[in-house]
Amino acid sequence: MSGNIQLLSDTLAGAKAEGRAALIAYLPAGFPTVDGGIEAVKAALDGGADVVEVGLPHSDPVLDGPVIQTADDIALRGGVKIAHVMRTVEEAHEATGKPILVMTYWNPIDRYGVERFTAELAAAGGAGCILPDLPVQEAALWREHAEKHRLATVFVVAPSSKDERLAQITAAGSGFVYAASLMGVTGTRESVGAQAQNLVERTRATGTGLPVCVGLGVSNAEQAAEVAGFADGVIVGSAFVKRMLDAPDDAAGVEAVRTLAGELAKGVRGAA
Amino acid sequence: MPSEFFIPDPEGQVPSAEGYFGAFGGKFIPEALVAAVDEVAVEYDKAKHDPEFARELDDLLVNYTGRPSALTEVPRFAAEAGGARIFLKREDLNHTGSHKINNVLGQALLTRRMGKTRVIAETGAGQHGVATATACALFGLDCTIYMGEIDTERQALNVARMRMLGAEVVAVKSGSRTLKDAINEAFRDWVANVDHTHYLFGTVAGPHPFPAMVRDFHRVIGVETRRQLLQRAGRLPDAAIACVGGGSNAIGLFHAFIPDASVRLIGCEPAGHGVETGEHAATLTAGEPGILHGSRSYVLQDEEGQITEPYSISAGLDYPGIGPEHSYLKDTGRGEYRAVTDDAAMQALRLLSRTEGIIPAIESAHALAGCLEVGRELGEDGLIVVNLSGRGDKDMDTAARYFNLYDTDAEVAANEADTAEIEGDAK
Repeated sequence: MSGNIQLLSDTLAGAKAEGRAALIAYLPAGFPTVDGGIEAVKAALDGGADVVEVGLPHSDPVLDGPVIQTADDIALRGGVKIAHVMRTVEEAHEATGKPILVMTYWNPIDRYGVERFTAELAAAGGAGCILPDLPVQEAALWREHAEKHRLATVFVVAPSSKDERLAQITAAGSGFVYAASLMGVTGTRESVGAQAQNLVERTRATGTGLPVCVGLGVSNAEQAAEVAGFADGVIVGSAFVKRMLDAPDDAAGVEAVRTLAGELAKGVRGAA
Repeated sequence: MPSEFFIPDPEGQVPSAEGYFGAFGGKFIPEALVAAVDEVAVEYDKAKHDPEFARELDDLLVNYTGRPSALTEVPRFAAEAGGARIFLKREDLNHTGSHKINNVLGQALLTRRMGKTRVIAETGAGQHGVATATACALFGLDCTIYMGEIDTERQALNVARMRMLGAEVVAVKSGSRTLKDAINEAFRDWVANVDHTHYLFGTVAGPHPFPAMVRDFHRVIGVETRRQLLQRAGRLPDAAIACVGGGSNAIGLFHAFIPDASVRLIGCEPAGHGVETGEHAATLTAGEPGILHGSRSYVLQDEEGQITEPYSISAGLDYPGIGPEHSYLKDTGRGEYRAVTDDAAMQALRLLSRTEGIIPAIESAHALAGCLEVGRELGEDGLIVVNLSGRGDKDMDTAARYFNLYDTDAEVAANEADTAEIEGDAK
């Protein structure tokens, strides 16, 4: 069975055709439970997200701030496994028909086996992977298997990326380019800042045809609207997880995700 | 004139240009750090070939650190180890009390060359943190040290030393609250502050060029040892022994002996309560290849690539990874690695104290325990050198509790009450 890279591309193109940015939500698998996590992903899509990135919780999330670290800890203590991540992708995709990616540190895939991981993700209906600590120079084996299984390889670019690296990265990636809005770990920020727009412009200047989506720091509809003014997609993670952590119970957490997705969906339509 | 104490690897065979020692090493880092790590590589390469850099570093190593460090023969200790001749390389006598200062001074000079004004570092036992805080005081750099919360408790003396030197010490409360988590937190800081901050990494792990660069700064240990032993014993040793956590003091001792095929290179890993109990940090004995903190090497991990929590009585060895060059030495067979339990290390710590009047760090005591085994294997004709990587002052509270050296348990309780009172007063 083939992965859904084409569905991802079509979805992002569809948002562009509507004259708006796409909304991409991040939620960790297994948080607060495996089934609760699946409900949260479905609620995000139902509330207005176009795409979801399902996080594979890791023992050592060096690129994540305290909110996602806390969720990862809860998921791992609850016994989340890669099989549960695959089930989350599969059930969310089957229920909604929307593109689902996995976001993960590299070591779990390295240990699990690249062929096994890509085959299972494609079979689950996944659209691809975001690999924030796998630099393009080390990615040849992954890309070979991802292409074989029709999965997108989403690389991250950062404000510190020099122009020649932007060219290498956009040439090697597929699906979209993840532009980190600022230098730092995941978490909500007061403002997203001008360097995000500058990075999007420099990334487009490479001549890439890939959509450029901006993540890190975006937490509310106003920020989403601002980013939607210059990017092809807006990625929101910690703000969703924080609402779940703050909710009085799991059901309220799922509703909070649906509500925030609705607010952000208005934001990316410039109606904040 | 060639440098006498800064002696980077003249062979240049490993690592490769991409930072690989065989199958191990590389550069597994987020894009946000690529520019900074590349800058370190470029600046280090320039510095390595700049006589002015070598002159400055040599001057510091001689007049500030006190190099060359002594080589001490320990016959009364050796009598307990089958009668082999045993020498200790006295890195404990360096300024700040361990080998760590060799690397720190090199990277501090590099920090200044890069025009950065702030330094961050991780520390386990506190020795790298103290050395870094020392260099920052000397060079006028802002300094933040990340240390696992458990380690701030068991190495409280070093926390006080770092603060005395003007560093900010951050107790890391995530994960296992030890060295691995301190490194995670330092990476998070670096990603956010990389424009003016250098991450002064303390061991021969991490992304390229750190494993090769940190090794080069410690290479002086083995170069001196080799020369001193040839003068004193008239021949090369049968074995060179060191403890391995991340592996910096071990690679420092081993590297100059790698071409000497007759010299066995033996690394002693922490077996904690015993490798079979699961409570250990014996990465090369029980780990599998994987990626941790920016490079591929042996890692303690489960079947799905989650890092497992290590354990050792020694804060400096309590780490689930290992420098990639050690993984390479293991797989090529040039290095031998054995695991030493908490108990064996503590017995060796007491034995050296009582036979030679030298109190070693608990980390170094793992190498001494390995030396007792190897000495008995070699017999009377054997010649062994052990890297005494650090002194034991910082470990006296742990040792006193382990050996019941306080007069009574009541007294221990009273000491704790005193401490609580002092802390209460401060609030």
